[in-house]
Amino acid sequence: MLRDAAEGTTVADYSWPEPDRRGQIGRGPARLDGAVKSTGFARYPSDRNPPGLLAAKILTCPHAHARVVRIDTAAAEAIPGVRVVQVIQGEGSEIQWAGDEVAAVAAETDDIARDALRAIQVEYEVLPHFVTEEHRERAPVAEPGSERTDGDPDAAFASAHRTVEQTLGMPQMAHMCLEPHGQVASWDGDELEVHASTQAVSTLAGQFASELGIPATQVRIRTEYMGGGFGSKFSPDRWGIVGAELAREAGAPVKLFLDRDQEVSVAGSRPSAFARVRVAADEQGRLVAWDSDSWGSGGLPGAGQTPLPYVFSRLPNRRLRHTSVPTNLAGARAWRAPNHPQACFLTMASLDDLANELDLDPIEFLDRNLEFTGRADVYREELGIAAGMAGWKERWQPRKRSRDSALQRGLGVSIHTWGGRGHASNCDVTVHADGAVEARIGSQDIGTGTRTIVAQVLAETFGLELPQVRVSLGDNRFPQSGPSGGSSTVGGVSASTRRAAQDALREVLARVAPELGAAPEELAAAGGRVFVEGEPSRSMSWTEAASRIGGAPVSAQGRNPGPGRLISSGVGGVQIAEVEVDMETGVVHVERMIAVQDCGLIVNRRLAESQVHGGLIMGVGYALFEEWIPDPVTGRLLNADMEFYKLAGLLDVGSLEVHMMTGPGYDERGVIGLGEPPVISPGAAISNAVANAIGVRVPYLPLTPDRVLDALAGRGGIA
Amino acid sequence: MSDEAKGSGFSRRSFLRGGAAGALSGGLAAGLLPEDAAAAAAPKDVDGVPTVGPGPVEVELEVNGVVRRLEAEPRVTLLDALRDHLDTTGPKRVCDRGACGACTVLEDGHPIYACSRLLIESAGRSITTVEGLGSPDAMHEVQQAFVENDAQQCGYCTPGFVVAAAALLARNPRPGEREIEAGLGGNFCRCGTYMGILGVVGAPGHAAGRSGGDHGG
Repeated sequence: MLRDAAEGTTVADYSWPEPDRRGQIGRGPARLDGAVKSTGFARYPSDRNPPGLLAAKILTCPHAHARVVRIDTAAAEAIPGVRVVQVIQGEGSEIQWAGDEVAAVAAETDDIARDALRAIQVEYEVLPHFVTEEHRERAPVAEPGSERTDGDPDAAFASAHRTVEQTLGMPQMAHMCLEPHGQVASWDGDELEVHASTQAVSTLAGQFASELGIPATQVRIRTEYMGGGFGSKFSPDRWGIVGAELAREAGAPVKLFLDRDQEVSVAGSRPSAFARVRVAADEQGRLVAWDSDSWGSGGLPGAGQTPLPYVFSRLPNRRLRHTSVPTNLAGARAWRAPNHPQACFLTMASLDDLANELDLDPIEFLDRNLEFTGRADVYREELGIAAGMAGWKERWQPRKRSRDSALQRGLGVSIHTWGGRGHASNCDVTVHADGAVEARIGSQDIGTGTRTIVAQVLAETFGLELPQVRVSLGDNRFPQSGPSGGSSTVGGVSASTRRAAQDALREVLARVAPELGAAPEELAAAGGRVFVEGEPSRSMSWTEAASRIGGAPVSAQGRNPGPGRLISSGVGGVQIAEVEVDMETGVVHVERMIAVQDCGLIVNRRLAESQVHGGLIMGVGYALFEEWIPDPVTGRLLNADMEFYKLAGLLDVGSLEVHMMTGPGYDERGVIGLGEPPVISPGAAISNAVANAIGVRVPYLPLTPDRVLDALAGRGGIA
Repeated sequence: MSDEAKGSGFSRRSFLRGGAAGALSGGLAAGLLPEDAAAAAAPKDVDGVPTVGPGPVEVELEVNGVVRRLEAEPRVTLLDALRDHLDTTGPKRVCDRGACGACTVLEDGHPIYACSRLLIESAGRSITTVEGLGSPDAMHEVQQAFVENDAQQCGYCTPGFVVAAAALLARNPRPGEREIEAGLGGNFCRCGTYMGILGVVGAPGHAAGRSGGDHGG
């Protein structure tokens, strides 16, 4: 215990153990749910088949903009096996995007439900639509944001040594969760249980309750496993409410998961971003001015300003203009590191072109301007490490002007930042008299390894091994913990768990201290034993110690935020891409990606590396392959599937090399989230590598062969 | 594995009990049980083509070593039969049209997309899903390797990848890049677990392999 002089009270000391005393933190145990996932025994929400289950399907509007004139469900209701037909948007409703929900059916089988959808007759009045925001001048509605000017950009541009100006952009793209959005809803009287594929176990109940007109205390949310969210699964969504209503009316459990075309079209996308960017530097290669006229769309809601200029946010003399362009497409959702990949591409591609104009190595150019970032020392160290890993000094060459060979290689670099502070979290830790230890926490493991992280913190604190502790999560009956978004989970749950575990341990130590003839604060737990610090012979096993607590288990609740420096926020990362471009076909292949990343104190090294790998791979996807392709004529997506909406495959991603910044200078910061940062830079780094390889900028992501060939031919710019 | 060689004593011939079925041939006939189904659903020839349905037909097949009998419409896919009728939910429905591989199962030892096979096509055949390869307490070596290589995050693509990788490694224990592409190129992961999966199949430069990587854990 520490004496807090200012308060004059005794406060507990909550901290992470010193490096030489860590039993779990920083190691790389395999994820605890690996075996159930690898054997197919893990039951995802979409795998639940309670007795009497009905299958539900949703009828969607095929038009991007329409009014419902008439809807007739009689034929559907007459189909044997159809139990409930519900009109979601009836006559007179104005539909604003293709794929919006019009009606729903619950039936005895999936196929019968589909039959019923086909039997519903809907007459629409088709209205004009707009889905191609790249051409903002054609938009029927565009919402100019306020213009913001800092310093004197006009004067700075006028006296600059070099200026580049061009239009860059990237389209909307999908989350493409492999488990579609949806849930199994069942009622027991007026109590609702929902097995939901969600990132927000603790916050969903209130949203269901208010929509359904029941108290939140009567809503149980369960999510033992879930098949991916990436920012798109924070809400019950209309299909969640409809599923619960169908179940209530049918008096039977209802499974409602979106079909793939619906999942791609309406259940999550990342906003597009386009910008006319002008940026200038002086003769020393120092940035002097930025001017961007940006626009973008996240469907009907449009899209806000991304943080420009990215990372170099202290750059003086800048002007930012932004136009939000609504389209007749479903609204965007938070996509892993919201706004950052777009801002990163617009900025880092522009700076890379400016470095080229200055005849400077882009790493040297970034280095000369790090004072404009908030983390110059971290970036400088990371740039050095990344350059070393890439062999940059020996292998980087200025952009090629010649086409001596059909296959050209190039290197590109980008840097990024993220916050990642732990969210609000509560955790109950219980120690039983047999020595069993359990944490209960209303969090969720969305694939990042939250279950394993909590177990490691428990085992670390009590000096136990992982099989000796139990973690229960994925249930809103457990102490509420924040939604898994923005890389906030690992900080939140590790801090709340650590505080609860330290308090519970202190209580156990207080009970055994007299027997060991020491004060409680002289005791420690490690290696399965409780002992007097510095005198390991005065000890007892953990099981013995726990047996002294008597009949009632010891339990403690930990919270985040709370006392002690367990977490912080703010990270920097550097990525280098190496590509090979076929100058004849325009095909880009990523040969190698290097990621250097800090995230404070790493709890699980293996899971941390997996997060970075995942970010890099998703990044290769949006850099080379992924985009929503809306058909301007019909307003529907042309690729609402997995054949033509292309994810990166196993052998598309090249060699991935990860260096995590750990140890002195990093560990002291405490735990910081890692899910978002590694997905931010790949688009920029790969685009810069392609420019380095072929000598010209391809102004658009993804870098599809047609766009590469257009750029080589000097055509194909953005509107 | 031939139909007659299965440990359960199950054989394709034992299904062919009805006279009408005897006139049928190939996978469509095997395992259909016309005498047990409604008369309207009995297989019949339409313009010389053996035909069942549209009503429910009774089908028998072996799933993970157990003979299962179910009644389903001929349009029901093998995947939906497994997941919705037999509560075998390891294979996942992701794209439902043969593009992503999450539903991969073995049919008589060969990897197939269960979403793109009708149940009646698999009648009389032996299906092995990811659950049939091993269990959490007794994992198949490929499943063990998925754990050791951290070749899963959310885990929704994992069952399909495990089955496809097991089939690949059964054919070729040391596959080269081309074989890996052919064997696993039909499976997609969204979380980005490819480095772990390459380790599982022992791809060059991913030497962790099936003996597992040492991550200090």
